[in-house]
Amino acid sequence: MLKRDIVIVGGGPAGCAAAVAAFDAGTKDILIIERDEGLGGILRQCIHNGFGLHRFGEELTGPEYADRYKNMVIERNIDYMVKTMVLSIEDGKDGAKVVTAMNSENGVFAVEAKAVILCMGCRERSRGQLNIPGDRPAGIYTAGTAQRFINIKGEMPGKNVVILGSGDIGLIMARRMTLEGANVKVVCELMPYSGGLNRNIVQCLNDFNIPLKLSHTIAKIHGKDRVEGVTIAKVDERLRVIPEESEYVECDTILLSCGLIPENELTKSAGIALDNVTKGAVVNQDRETEKDGVYACGNVLHVHDLVDYVSEESDIAGKAAAKYVQNGCKDQETVKTLNVEKMGAVRYTVPQRIDVHENQEDVKVYFRVGAVLKDVSLVVRDGDNELMRIKKRKVAPGEMETVKIKGSVLASAERISVSVE
Amino acid sequence: MNIGEKRELVCINCPMGCMLTATMTENGLSVTGNTCPRGEKYANEELTHPTRTLTTTLRVENREGKYVPVKTNGPISKEKLFEAMKVLSDVKVTAPVKTGDVVFPSLLGEADVIATGTVD
Repeated sequence: MLKRDIVIVGGGPAGCAAAVAAFDAGTKDILIIERDEGLGGILRQCIHNGFGLHRFGEELTGPEYADRYKNMVIERNIDYMVKTMVLSIEDGKDGAKVVTAMNSENGVFAVEAKAVILCMGCRERSRGQLNIPGDRPAGIYTAGTAQRFINIKGEMPGKNVVILGSGDIGLIMARRMTLEGANVKVVCELMPYSGGLNRNIVQCLNDFNIPLKLSHTIAKIHGKDRVEGVTIAKVDERLRVIPEESEYVECDTILLSCGLIPENELTKSAGIALDNVTKGAVVNQDRETEKDGVYACGNVLHVHDLVDYVSEESDIAGKAAAKYVQNGCKDQETVKTLNVEKMGAVRYTVPQRIDVHENQEDVKVYFRVGAVLKDVSLVVRDGDNELMRIKKRKVAPGEMETVKIKGSVLASAERISVSVE
Repeated sequence: MNIGEKRELVCINCPMGCMLTATMTENGLSVTGNTCPRGEKYANEELTHPTRTLTTTLRVENREGKYVPVKTNGPISKEKLFEAMKVLSDVKVTAPVKTGDVVFPSLLGEADVIATGTVD
């Protein structure tokens, strides 16, 4: 059987960054397994700019950002396989993991790994998961599928477009389709606020006079073979359709940009516990899952706003996996485990738990809130004892927040909570 | 803008998306709400001569079905975006082309179009 120190599942931004970080931390026997034709993941089709401001201090397009990491992988001679699908991750002998994969050249094969880093990314929520009533004609795409059609295949999916959901991909596609000659009639957002960045509302919708209807949804899809139109309707505060406030909009194409779901079928089948809010694995500060030697980072762990943050998180996982291998496949001794409790408007935190070691380093906790709130404080407490309070003008579900908890504080803490109030 | 006139803007330079208030004063535009100097520059440009970086794809003529992603190497006038797309709709690129190559110089006299991906 093929043997590697670290196997990385997925060669997108998370996988590449984790590989580079592990290599630079001294564990160099790495294999990246990628199912697409090349490294880079979804960035390959994100031809717009706005990536890399944090990471590289300049504004790059998606393919440029992907290229930088691909080049880092190639410079280090890190091994990777493309057009290869990982089928399962199982326990092997003496704590090793057996990664089973297949491709057209080798058929089904297994790799024994000392550590595994899960970097499978996420998927878009589809019509089936949204339960939109109506006919089932052609012309309904997720925004990312339309993006692939246009940017990779050079095909336009339609001419008259209604977009449901105001996530960033939907906004970006509203602009992209408009520039390519389509008529984007309206973007409907179920919530009373947009899930996308303000800058994208300005440069993708306002620039082209595309209306954004908040608290609106598609109540029905019409069309026999091809989409002919949609009924869009206002929703009440409990997100129920108000039939009296609906209108018919003619269109031949519907794009869905209604959120992303981490792709964790492999994780689940490996028996690793998931967080029911993030839909990703439960991890500690090293991004180690509940299975020793299995790490997760990037959008498979929780959906990030910016690829720059994916790279940052993957650095952590890559380094930790390298250390685990160097330590004889053992975790550093844990003095105590602190579960990070969510209070107030906090929906989830990553990491969910902190394994406190001797000479514990500072830990950055990432979290999201459940609603748009103004003039709030981010508060960290040890039991009832307030450790930190940061004032914020505004927090929103679409923007990840962070707090850094000092290692010395963690050493003496008993119950850590993060709150927005 | 007249003196005393106010405009609300969202800065598009980075994902923070600062809410800017631009007020015309006797000494020119006064900008508040920005967290960095780029916000002030953006407000001044947006109210006089708004510009955007254009990204799109171009057909690679000697590689069937392949497209290469491209961008303008600097922002161009916002009102010329559609005109620029029209010009580029006829432009074809010959492989090999790599990231950073100029594939169409001086688009409408405003910026060069450079490849942001590689096609061998």
